[in-house]
Amino acid sequence: MTQQFYVSPEQLMKDRADFARKGIARGRSVAVISCADGIALVAENPSPSLHKIGEIYDKIAFAAVGKYNEFESLRQAGVRYADVRGYSYDREDVTARGLASVYAQSLGAVFTAEQKPFEVELAVAEVGPTQAEDHLYRLTFDGSIADEHQFVVMGGQADKVSAAIEEGWRSSLSFADALHLAMGALVPAAETGEQPKALPAKAVEVAVLDRSSETSRGSRRAFRRLDDADITALLA
Amino acid sequence: MQESTAHQVAANATSSFTEHLQRDRPELLPYNGGLQAAASGTVPLQVPHATTIVAMSYAGGVLMAGDRRATMGNVIASRHIEKVFPADRYSVLGIAGTAGIAIDLTRLFQVELEHYEKIEGTLLSLEGKANRLGAMIRGNLPLAMQGLAVVPLFAGFDTSAGVGRLFSYDVTGGRYEEHEHHTVGSGSVFARGALKKLWRPDLSEAEAVSVAVEALFDAADDDSATGGPDTVRKLWPVVYTVDRAGARRVAENVLAAAAVTVIEARTTAGREA
Repeated sequence: MTQQFYVSPEQLMKDRADFARKGIARGRSVAVISCADGIALVAENPSPSLHKIGEIYDKIAFAAVGKYNEFESLRQAGVRYADVRGYSYDREDVTARGLASVYAQSLGAVFTAEQKPFEVELAVAEVGPTQAEDHLYRLTFDGSIADEHQFVVMGGQADKVSAAIEEGWRSSLSFADALHLAMGALVPAAETGEQPKALPAKAVEVAVLDRSSETSRGSRRAFRRLDDADITALLA
Repeated sequence: MQESTAHQVAANATSSFTEHLQRDRPELLPYNGGLQAAASGTVPLQVPHATTIVAMSYAGGVLMAGDRRATMGNVIASRHIEKVFPADRYSVLGIAGTAGIAIDLTRLFQVELEHYEKIEGTLLSLEGKANRLGAMIRGNLPLAMQGLAVVPLFAGFDTSAGVGRLFSYDVTGGRYEEHEHHTVGSGSVFARGALKKLWRPDLSEAEAVSVAVEALFDAADDDSATGGPDTVRKLWPVVYTVDRAGARRVAENVLAAAAVTVIEARTTAGREA
């Protein structure tokens, strides 16, 4: 018979949290910035097809850092949740708050009940008719949920990137300004004695939630993914 | 254990919203639930029916138009009903038959296409969309057998081939590609007759709109369940065009002008039939 060692609940939770934090810290960063034109989502991601940013619903987008398989399953679950809700009630009854609370419950349940916690951190963004009505939620691996304002930064270099964005953030930023700001902040730490290199358009994944998609594009779906040409044009 | 988990994950991975509903929330599907029992009585249910839809190709795209009437037996159930809907950016569908089920099926189909796009990150091919619609119509077959049939018409722009295409369906979900033009619903025979004389290859978009309005006028002339242009209430058909740039609804003032032109021409001709 194997001997069961006693582990205190405090120690157990701490070990799990440390494990998840380590996993997340290895990843590259993602910035979600609320600005005058809408919400800009910028991720350092060299892959053109394995996305860290996704569309959930008309006004709601999703961004994540950590293990791809884990946040991808959460993204798909979010799309299903939103579509079922919008189909059975009405499109305007799908809110970021509802989605974020479902994510918080799932992450919390996995953190306490499963073999290992999810090594992910999520942001749920909803664009409103005015900047004051934008919603940004940050969700961590243990199910904690935080209501953020102005911007959210997640991932390995979160503190450094966050400080850089805080310095340059103004409410009047356009998408181009927000992209400039994020690209500047996401630049990886330079080797000692070297000039930090600017990120090329290929190394980032960018999407936006247009505040005025109904008038500018005739679509209630605010989410728009920018390709390399769009990014280069915005940065020019 | 591990194998069964992997198997479960693979089995649960679906990009289809309908499959997801079938598994988790079957009561939300339009063709499930209490209707079946209710419809099995001996007296046919009196429910609103949507009527005539016409669709045709023109130079650079396809067009679909529907009248505004729903009928329940000999009564006009609605003068305002809209029966042509955008399915996604590059396709539209029109519905004839039991209005309640048809409108829910349309909503389900719209979510189905958007859901696939969001999960997979790419648009479904036009053939793929047409096949999904066929599967949904087949799902409704038990109700169709009891008189609650829905018959759609589907049109879209095939972005890979660069042409507009038309698909018709039967109640069993059979899918048929149509060329040039097609009509469904109670006034379809008359509308089709009109299209045979009015349609020609390479119509411009504006000409195609007039042809659609005139075909619906002819359908309304001979079919009591199809509504003609209503100059009193300012009600005109609903018309959508789909081309390389996507689906667009034709503006009310354009349709009003087209309808008035048809009415004036018929008045001037002053013929009986």
